[in-house]
Amino acid sequence: MKINDQKLSSTERAVFALRSLYDRYGYSQYKMGKFEEYDLYAENKSFLVSDSIITFTGSGGKLLALKPDVTLSIVKSTKDEPGTVSKVYYNENVYRAKDGDRDFGEIMQAGLECIGDIDAYSVSEVIMLAAKSLSLISEDFVLDISHLGIISSAIESLGLSASGKSGVLAAISDKNLHSALAICAEEGVETEKTALLSALITSYGEPQKVLSEIEGYLDENGKVAADELRNVLSMLGDDIPMDKIRIDFSVAGDMSYYCGFAISGFIRGVSKSILSGGQYDNLLCRMGRRSGAVGFAIYLDLLSELEEERDEFDVDVLLLYDEKADISALRKEADRLTKEGMSVSAQRAIPEKMRYKKLFRFTEGGAVEI
Amino acid sequence: MKDMLNIALPKGRLGERVYNMFAKAGFECPALLENSRKLIFENEEAGVRYFWVKPSDVAIYVERGAADIGVCGKDILLEYSPNVYELLDLNTGKCKMAVAAKKGFRDDTEKTLKVATKFSNIARAHYASFGRDIDIIHLNGSIEIAPILGLSDVIVDIVETGTTLKENDLEVIETVVPISARLIANKASFKFKGSDIERLKNHIAEQIKE
Repeated sequence: MKINDQKLSSTERAVFALRSLYDRYGYSQYKMGKFEEYDLYAENKSFLVSDSIITFTGSGGKLLALKPDVTLSIVKSTKDEPGTVSKVYYNENVYRAKDGDRDFGEIMQAGLECIGDIDAYSVSEVIMLAAKSLSLISEDFVLDISHLGIISSAIESLGLSASGKSGVLAAISDKNLHSALAICAEEGVETEKTALLSALITSYGEPQKVLSEIEGYLDENGKVAADELRNVLSMLGDDIPMDKIRIDFSVAGDMSYYCGFAISGFIRGVSKSILSGGQYDNLLCRMGRRSGAVGFAIYLDLLSELEEERDEFDVDVLLLYDEKADISALRKEADRLTKEGMSVSAQRAIPEKMRYKKLFRFTEGGAVEI
Repeated sequence: MKDMLNIALPKGRLGERVYNMFAKAGFECPALLENSRKLIFENEEAGVRYFWVKPSDVAIYVERGAADIGVCGKDILLEYSPNVYELLDLNTGKCKMAVAAKKGFRDDTEKTLKVATKFSNIARAHYASFGRDIDIIHLNGSIEIAPILGLSDVIVDIVETGTTLKENDLEVIETVVPISARLIANKASFKFKGSDIERLKNHIAEQIKE
């Protein structure tokens, strides 16, 4: 069957293109059921984007949930095998509250997960695929990369209380230098010790520039993380437009689940981050697993924000017929018009609000334009 | 064609004060201050478009990308936690979020504390931080009369000069958090219009220092 891709929406085009990209790199499609036991989410609530979950009681009396997330189900379906990595991609609907909305919604999500004996190759492959995924959706994209090792070494060096640490982490995510410094001042941190924190919030953009701006302030752990960052960036490959890859430490996640790399992708015309992901070894550790994991999700429902050219007409030909018409001859006439490349809607009366290019009336001699 | 920078300003005195800071930073749009009922103003030459919106809606315009940047109070950011960058404390529009009660009020810790407020999330987080059991009564205005009529024990509200409290025989018993106007930015706009936003932010930061 031939597919007329002019007729596809940007979301449908993205689904086809992403599937073919992930297939080429040896990722297999993961198809999941709609329900999962609620316990899986209750134990890992802060890993989820939203903690509102639709639950119901299954026939055996177990509390079930309509899946609010794909990653946890994929993690559950993989095994720890030294030297190997499970590579899967998905294209699924999940059910949870949307950003800034208390009501539940159905959210279309695509993405991939790489779970197992993760090394620098796996990480660079996932980041490269994230960049390629964005470029397939729009040429005008930005992929922000950050390393939680650098952020955590900066926060640890300040000697803050637990609430101070989470306040500073939130301030880094919000690029909120004034609040970060206010928390440090309140907790008696000397001003000289906040230089790295300030640099993480204020410096972002071209990777080499950012790394050189923060380098002088890093401790040993921070330097190891910066080397990892530099190493992975150097492995992204020649066909990735490096001017669209930026370092931005406002990409930070919950450190009880995430570690290492974190990524966030944007395309022009969409008001939120359309791609989000990173390394989440700590989640697997909490689940008693030895494996590491890295992956990302793409929120395809956000593509509806892109302005698409709408067809001026609903149909090329509106073919009018009456109750006396020979139905089999009408059928043949409609088929003939479609074979000529026109879309046809056969109707007995003109539907209100239908926009058509041509109006035909079906007669014994065939369709006549009126 | 150069991208326009879309800025949501809070209607009222604060918005006018902040506009003057923006204009000094090179993002002027003189028509904005003319007396008119228009809500959108554009200066193509300066590459800027301003909207007057209700102060509590600024964060929504920015979070949803209808505006690239905006100015809103810290109270709104704390109450609604919009997913935006908070780039600068503008050091203007200063006031505080406070707990107030009838003069001579003593908290009876054996009972659930009834709290009337427009800022339910701020009040909930404040009392949760020290484990006080509370009953939130969400009101949309005239919060001050709630303790007088026995609807609540205390109120959590914005206090500027304290005159309204005084006139209603109430007093501040605790400051929750100081409030001021903040420069916020849409996260995606920051990626594509970052240099303009950064230029504006740096100019304004200089003005605040002076």
